[in-house]
Amino acid sequence: MTETLLDVKDVVVEYPLKGFRKEPFKALKGVSLDIRPGETVGLVGESGSGKTTLGRAVLGLAPVTGGSIKYRGQEISKATRAQRKQLSHEIQVVFQDPYTSLNPSMTIEQILTEPLTVRKVERQAANKRVAELLDQVRLPHDAAHRLPREFSGGQRQRVAIARALALDPKLIVCDEPVSALDLSTQARVMELFIEIQERTGVAYLFVSHDLAVVRHLSHRVAVMYHGEIVEWGDGEQVTGAPEHPYTQRLFMAAPIPDPDRQAKHRADRLRLLELQREQDVQAGAA
Amino acid sequence: MTATPLALPTTAVKVSLFRRLLTHPTGVVSLLVLFLVAVASALAPLLATHDPNTASLQDVLAKAGSEHLLGADSAGRDVLSRLLFAGQFSLAGALLALSVALVIGVTAGLIAGYYGGWFDSASSWLTGLTMALPGMVVLLAARAVLGPSMWLSMMIFGVLLSPAFFRLVYASVTAVRNELYVDAARVSGLSDFRIIGRHILTVVRAPVIIQSAMVLGIAIAIQAGLEFLGLGDLNIPTWGSMLNDGFINIFKSPTLVLWPSLMIGLVCIALTLLANAMRDELERSRGPVKKSRKAAAAAAAADAEGAAEKRGAAAVVHPDEPAGAENSNAGELLLEVTDLGVGYDQPDGSTTHVVNHVGLTVRRGEVHGLVGESGSGKTQTAFSILRLLPQGGRITGGSIFFEGKDLAHLSEKEMTRVRGKRIAYIPQEPMSNLDGAFTIGSQLTEPMRVCLGLSKAEARNRALALLAKVGIPNPERTFNAYPHQVSGGMAQRVLIAGAVSCEPDLLIADEPTTALDVTVQAEVLNLLRELQDELNMGVILVTHNFGVVADLCDRVTVMQTGRVVETGPVRAIFNNAQHPYTRQLLDAILEDTAPRGQYTTAGHNPAEKTAEPKELKGVTS
Repeated sequence: MTETLLDVKDVVVEYPLKGFRKEPFKALKGVSLDIRPGETVGLVGESGSGKTTLGRAVLGLAPVTGGSIKYRGQEISKATRAQRKQLSHEIQVVFQDPYTSLNPSMTIEQILTEPLTVRKVERQAANKRVAELLDQVRLPHDAAHRLPREFSGGQRQRVAIARALALDPKLIVCDEPVSALDLSTQARVMELFIEIQERTGVAYLFVSHDLAVVRHLSHRVAVMYHGEIVEWGDGEQVTGAPEHPYTQRLFMAAPIPDPDRQAKHRADRLRLLELQREQDVQAGAA
Repeated sequence: MTATPLALPTTAVKVSLFRRLLTHPTGVVSLLVLFLVAVASALAPLLATHDPNTASLQDVLAKAGSEHLLGADSAGRDVLSRLLFAGQFSLAGALLALSVALVIGVTAGLIAGYYGGWFDSASSWLTGLTMALPGMVVLLAARAVLGPSMWLSMMIFGVLLSPAFFRLVYASVTAVRNELYVDAARVSGLSDFRIIGRHILTVVRAPVIIQSAMVLGIAIAIQAGLEFLGLGDLNIPTWGSMLNDGFINIFKSPTLVLWPSLMIGLVCIALTLLANAMRDELERSRGPVKKSRKAAAAAAAADAEGAAEKRGAAAVVHPDEPAGAENSNAGELLLEVTDLGVGYDQPDGSTTHVVNHVGLTVRRGEVHGLVGESGSGKTQTAFSILRLLPQGGRITGGSIFFEGKDLAHLSEKEMTRVRGKRIAYIPQEPMSNLDGAFTIGSQLTEPMRVCLGLSKAEARNRALALLAKVGIPNPERTFNAYPHQVSGGMAQRVLIAGAVSCEPDLLIADEPTTALDVTVQAEVLNLLRELQDELNMGVILVTHNFGVVADLCDRVTVMQTGRVVETGPVRAIFNNAQHPYTRQLLDAILEDTAPRGQYTTAGHNPAEKTAEPKELKGVTS
């Protein structure tokens, strides 16, 4: 039977608000999901839905005030700095913005060897590893001595992926990693994600606002809305035949790149909205 | 999938700050001055002809001559020797003040900025207090209590100077603390010490170096001031005490005051200029290098050649659909852009062309989509129609005919009458295009009063009607709200209301839904369609999203690297794209790809390949 890699249970994240005795802001209101080894779990939602916060909570960058996050059975939501250091070999991250996620004053080599220094890898071995990593993300070796500003968005994102892979993690949290990229670059970077997963067996928690991206990459999909997961299940089912009204609305809102089909899609959307409104009214009357 | 490495641009050579300063005219001169002063002071025991403190009654106020090269002071001490030795003490004192300020300011700034919390509050409070203290008074008081020691007073002055560094470092650190690369370093398990050392110090390094040169100049001046007042240590020679002596005897021997003031002035000016030069080099804010007219002409000729080359193959043009199928083409011609070129002047006198020979037509009641990836020149084209190109950009050729006038050659004054009234604009980022200091209502009514000449009350009524029309549930409340009180989708509706408020003929929308959530995007697209129908406007819609194109556009122009590659009615582009680039773009659309499929336990076994239908169409690499 498959073991669970990451088990998120009833997680609550609260940010204190300024002001005396003010209720803290609840970014996550009891969220549960699990990830198995080598699996991609997609997390869709709109801005403010808490999808990024969940990713940051797993990474230890958001204050978890309730529930549990277990990695291979071990509680990590309250991990100390030393435990986090251990976890860095297991859980890694690729951020959205390839322009601010790489230090502009460090060369690609310095960026890629940084995680290795935590492990106290010898210089020669580290250089060898950098070459391997650049191969993995299809960047030429002479990229190592360049600065991030010499690269395009897609190439920078490849560097960020290489950094995440440096320690051979078992799980990578991907926070909107293709949102800032052009369409064709986006397709190529997504292909790279799938290829790396097939070769290394790494699992992804893939956060995105784009249904099509999530659908293409994910085995299972969770839909978030106002800090809660409203739909969670098989990718094909959630993105193909959604059940929750919000998921339906989300699904119908994305325009189809074909003028005639979009015209029909648009009409369907308006009908769905009308239907849901009526249901709401009935529910209110009952 | 083949392992083709991506092509990389050529490397920009990394040059050290010191080497770059050597090419900077004021930088190299000020460095030279400081170097000479420092060497002369350091070698004072070798260079000096006399002991600086030996008084000699015969030589009191001696004229310059072979015995005393620069003369002697009121106690008969050799001025040149004193000047050299004083350099040691003056410079060392200033350096001491700088080191104290650096150690306190930078350390406290780093800790307060990175960790925040109580240390942050306490140190900010202390900084405010220190800055409020008048430095001279504190130094005078300290001298009264602690005695006349130059070193002590410079240390105290260092403490008083530390807020300069604290505030600088604190601001840089708080800006960089939440950068994603710092988060990435935390996830990598790096210790705070390492993160500060590797990621944060590098950011504050440049401003601290610049500030140091400034502070050193201030320290020298203040120290000289103290000594000049006679409040220094009388046993050591300093430039300030020499100045004091010279001033007392200014009528008897005027040159005495000249030498120390020359040294102080020279060093302070050199330090300030050095700071400026370093800022230029570190922040690359040097203005364009002036070129000879001949070279500029040659560059222009080369540009013209390059532009001609860039023209490349002609664009694919699809014929219009037969009339009647969709009567959107029936409207009169509203805008005709032909052969448009946009270029940016470079510091070396040449011009970088970002748009080349672009042609575009918009009819009344037609939505024309301008599609392309980043860097394709679509936004530049849109901005050149409004004549709102960013700094350094200009229209290099072609014409933009709108209602019989060539916008490319209108004066700025005539253009103002076209913008807003005849041609309106909807930006990409709704929030940054509303001024946070004014209510939404005042920002909506002002253009109406200017463009349409309405009274305040009329404008208000019209604004409320417009807000209701763009689907804002409570117009009154939004009218009185400030921009930060409404959501992004609402802000975009407000901007759309503002854009259509003067009933323009042409609307230019630059990625109007890119920053919005997908459900909000659908609403905004609906709104745009309704308004366009109602007002019968021509619309130029700049976007990279083919879903948006399919939803709204009648015609599409596809751009790549500043050129039009394909243009035609929307259905022809989607169903019968001819240009390879258009097809590549269409193939990269994810909409129709199959979902990833079921998770299998064998999925992470590299040897086995399961769940195949996930191959992407059109991925060429």
